[in-house]
Amino acid sequence: MPDITEVNTLLDNMVQSIQSELQARQIADPLMIGIHTGGVWVANALHQRLGLKEDLGTLNITFYRDDFTRIGMHPRVEPSSLPFAIDDRHIILVDDVLHTGRTIRAALNEIFDYGRPASVMLAALVVRSGKELPVCADIAGTQLDLAEGQHIKLNGPDPLSIELQEGK
Amino acid sequence: MKQQDIQLDSQGRLRHFLTIEGLKKQILIDILDTAENFSTVGTRNVKKVPLLRGKTIANLFFEASTRTRTTFELAAKRLSADVINMNISTSSTTKGESLLDMLRNLEAMHCDMFVVRHHSSGAAHFFAKHVAPHISIINGGDGSHAHPTQGMLDMFTIRRHKPDFTALRVAVVGDILHSRVARSQIHALNTLGVPEVRAIGPRTLIPAEAESLGVHVYHDMKEGLRDVDVVIMLRLQRERMQGALLPSENEYYRTYGLSQKKLALAKPDAIVMHPGPINRGVEIESSVADGPQSVILEQVTNGIAVRMAIMSMVLGRPSEEQEAD
Repeated sequence: MPDITEVNTLLDNMVQSIQSELQARQIADPLMIGIHTGGVWVANALHQRLGLKEDLGTLNITFYRDDFTRIGMHPRVEPSSLPFAIDDRHIILVDDVLHTGRTIRAALNEIFDYGRPASVMLAALVVRSGKELPVCADIAGTQLDLAEGQHIKLNGPDPLSIELQEGK
Repeated sequence: MKQQDIQLDSQGRLRHFLTIEGLKKQILIDILDTAENFSTVGTRNVKKVPLLRGKTIANLFFEASTRTRTTFELAAKRLSADVINMNISTSSTTKGESLLDMLRNLEAMHCDMFVVRHHSSGAAHFFAKHVAPHISIINGGDGSHAHPTQGMLDMFTIRRHKPDFTALRVAVVGDILHSRVARSQIHALNTLGVPEVRAIGPRTLIPAEAESLGVHVYHDMKEGLRDVDVVIMLRLQRERMQGALLPSENEYYRTYGLSQKKLALAKPDAIVMHPGPINRGVEIESSVADGPQSVILEQVTNGIAVRMAIMSMVLGRPSEEQEAD
């Protein structure tokens, strides 16, 4: 298993992958959107390292979750903020952990309620096993094979560190 | 006590929303915070989120209303719920028994929520008491008792401009006797920790028990407005007025109407609110209603986000069996 506690190294890897991906797709000025809460922390770090000109967008996918009637409302999350028009723009969507794919499904639905982007690529700090929807990351800091009860927790925002939790 | 308990489930979460009286401060804060999240939905391309997809909400309006019914309808639609509006003539349903019959009929349509507005105080409680357990009731205004969603949208509007409730002096001006809005506002302001709430109006329009609601009563408007941060004007409810409570509208305007001159006694950055509809030249001068300190139209906009928050909190509770496993 790779050393997951060194978040900085993972971020550096991601920056490199993002740059070569942008180059391959001939994208000059992408927008970046982070998913609350951990995804925003990771996105902030990437945004800084990449020196993107436009402000970071943030998404709170609470209103698009598929388990709303099971878990109810969480009022204390920051609202979504996309301080730019997304029509015809290339978007880098950032989350901390890609697990089942359900969060990304919700995030894509929300993004499309703001407009029609030219493309969306997905960057995740950790891609773990347990996929339930056909969602893959274009950029991954690291890949982990975890048992069902194990969870990855990102602590932050400063400094960022990853913790492996043994679940119930 | 019983009336307060009926709107909470066994976990202390909102299952109906009938009155602000007796609710804990944290629930009110949760409503305001959730509404803050919803407020961005109205500014987007697609003004809709899929949260209540598949839910059915019936607006049961036994009393005429434009603003409240429309904003409830918009709130439900922006949450992707299906909405039916029923304007029910008051004459056919003045007895409890026919209300119950109507309730059974509506239940048979598999609705999830009723928004009830009724001219009788206690109507929403009556519905909540008798409705099938899977249905939630929202009080859209009952008699002169409560209008809790209006109260909350007013708190939301105040917080947007004056974030610290514990540093505020708020004046509620006008016909407090007949105003369910004022009652809900006063309960909310007290619960949220506003140290000084003033009720300003003529003796005939301030209820005898006003002081026990936790307000300071003023009959002289100039005195009452001095140094307040928020001025809430109430509509003179002519249709509810019986007998000679007022000499004339003209005299009322001179004494209790909010003019530029009287507003100057409040703090320079005071905001002016009104639940609508406005009687221009009766309780408020036109130039004040349209002036820079007025947030009256913001109240209308905020009403949608606040009602979205309340509807989704009430309908989004995990069922209690699921909680158990």
